Amino acid sequence: MIAGISIYEILTVTSILFFIGVYGFITRKNLISILMSVELILNASVINFVIINKYLYPDVLQGVFFSIFIIAVAAAETALAISIIINLYRQISSVEVKDTEIMKY
Amino acid sequence: MEKIIFYILAFIIIAFAIASVSSKKMLRSVIYLLFVLIGISGIYFLIDYNFLAAIQLTVYAGGIIVLIIFSVMLVHHVEMELELAKVSKRIIVGIASLLGLALFLVTIYSHEFNVVENSITTTTEDIGLGLLNYEAGGFILPFEVISLLLLASMIGAIIIAKGTKLTSKKNDTV
Repeated sequence: MIAGISIYEILTVTSILFFIGVYGFITRKNLISILMSVELILNASVINFVIINKYLYPDVLQGVFFSIFIIAVAAAETALAISIIINLYRQISSVEVKDTEIMKY
Repeated sequence: MEKIIFYILAFIIIAFAIASVSSKKMLRSVIYLLFVLIGISGIYFLIDYNFLAAIQLTVYAGGIIVLIIFSVMLVHHVEMELELAKVSKRIIVGIASLLGLALFLVTIYSHEFNVVENSITTTTEDIGLGLLNYEAGGFILPFEVISLLLLASMIGAIIIAKGTKLTSKKNDTV
């Protein structure tokens, strides 16, 4: 654990990070920007897993395992989302949310 | 000393996260996101999870950011400016986010955590043994499922991004 830093301060930082992600998710109008906001939200949750593992249950490693799984799922999600965005750009030449109104062709 | 480093990292993370969701230039906001991810890996280094910090640096800062920059380059001009949401909408969403944040903080600060004082160092060996442990409490099954998920999503990404060629060939034979 970090000397002199209580768990409350770190949880405050991650909560702020989470809500910045939520703000970006709602206000952005571009698909790639929305994907970046999702990355912020996922990262905030990963830090929470790790911090709670380290501060409250230091003799087990479950939080680390779960954060590794979250990172792997986030990588898969990003790769799929970007391939969908590129395919969408080929079909309608735009990645704005307001232009995406068809699901297939 | 560690206290000062933590405050610097927290400031970097929050400042660049705000810059990342409010910047008008696409490529700049991706680079701000990169700084946020590097700051987060700094926090992992501070609490002595070196393996996780290395994963964060390679997978996020190395892999995902490069993917996002690639797709930005493919679909935008570098200098293109994003259109922002309406001011009223931004204010409403900002107030709603602040309310949610206040709710979170009230909940966190009213809860009593049983913090265990410790300075245990976790080695990569412990993490590997835990991941490949097939006895009770081991993580071998989710580990294998994650590897299958990664393989399936990579194949799916290739097929989706390749797009029209595959489907038109299939239509010809049918």
